[in-house]
Amino acid sequence: MHRKLPLLICFALGTFMLVQFFVPHKASTALYEAILDWVQIIYAFSLLVGAMMLIKHHAVIASGRDAKERPFSILILMGITVMLVAGLFFGRGEGTVFHWLFQNVQAPMQATMFSLLSFFVASAAYRGFRARNSQAIFLLVAAIIVMLGRIPVGEIISSYIPKAADWILNVPSMAARRGIYIGIALGTIATSLRVILGIERTYLGGK
Amino acid sequence: MNYGITVAAILTLAIYSFLYKDNPFYKAAEHILLGVSVGYFVAVTVSTTLIPKLFIPIFSEGKLSYIIPGILGMVMFLRFSKKLSPYSRIPLSIIIGVGAGVSIPAMMQAQIIAQMKATMLPINSLSNIIIIVAVLSVLIYFYFSQPHKGAIGVGAKIGIYFLMIFFGSTFGYTVMARISLLIGRLQFLLGDWLGFID
Repeated sequence: MHRKLPLLICFALGTFMLVQFFVPHKASTALYEAILDWVQIIYAFSLLVGAMMLIKHHAVIASGRDAKERPFSILILMGITVMLVAGLFFGRGEGTVFHWLFQNVQAPMQATMFSLLSFFVASAAYRGFRARNSQAIFLLVAAIIVMLGRIPVGEIISSYIPKAADWILNVPSMAARRGIYIGIALGTIATSLRVILGIERTYLGGK
Repeated sequence: MNYGITVAAILTLAIYSFLYKDNPFYKAAEHILLGVSVGYFVAVTVSTTLIPKLFIPIFSEGKLSYIIPGILGMVMFLRFSKKLSPYSRIPLSIIIGVGAGVSIPAMMQAQIIAQMKATMLPINSLSNIIIIVAVLSVLIYFYFSQPHKGAIGVGAKIGIYFLMIFFGSTFGYTVMARISLLIGRLQFLLGDWLGFID
């Protein structure tokens, strides 16, 4: 029963949401929108469950004996508490503590984390960008032209480089991306059908 | 003195200290970021979803039907109970089922039909011919029900070349995006914080 009921609910709702797309009746559209509203609420609770699990995990470490990890878990718990209290009780608009923390702690740290990746990407490129065969040469040339085309030096070397970069992005690269998107869409549809029909049931956990 | 800039600069330097090696300053900054981000998302979710879509309809507008998704959402928390955790699969199956049902027509419309429509171009320029050949050859490459031999093999091989161009250009684009972020952070440290540059 613990597995059959969720599978039945998944089948019923999945089939209804799929069929509803082809039935533009007022009543069915209203039900469709109500279900979407309800799912948004349930989804919000699932995010809270995730946050609770993180808090539980770090609360155990913070109250444990591992002196090396304890301070870091306390920092996470402090970050969550301060941001939550500030956001829920003191407003989120400009001039609030929440906004100050977002502007001066979260946003700069996120930007720095992403910028840190430029060093690792450069080192990965140094190791991986070897023109071993014709396919690797295509990858290497496309990457170099696109990189040069995005900076002023490219324009100084030749006015054709930015144009070539735009052409690569808008023609062969975009066409390949289109093929990948169609493949992803077909894969998503196949997986969704498996989920609705109860063939794919890993989301239920267990064996 | 702007304390916000000083705090942001110290945290920025703490993260860059990872370039030397993994150290407590980096770990502290990393954990602060994780905590603050989780707190941010929970606060935003509560204020933009739960309050306007659940609490206001129930308590201010008297729409009692919204108690049902509220209870289903609360059932999610049964995950923390060893005995009752199987019941948390019910709201999960609602999210998964609705997501699966909605995604089929959405993918069909937004990806497959729209992408195919955009590929049906007049064969009057080299770029248009390349687009048509590239889309078809990449699709042939991803077709694994037949061995890649003969005509299918040739098509798949052409597809690999287009995929390589895609990976190369995407890599180049990503590198440039990351480097522009790095320049932004350096401008912040040297300009906004230390005032060495305008």
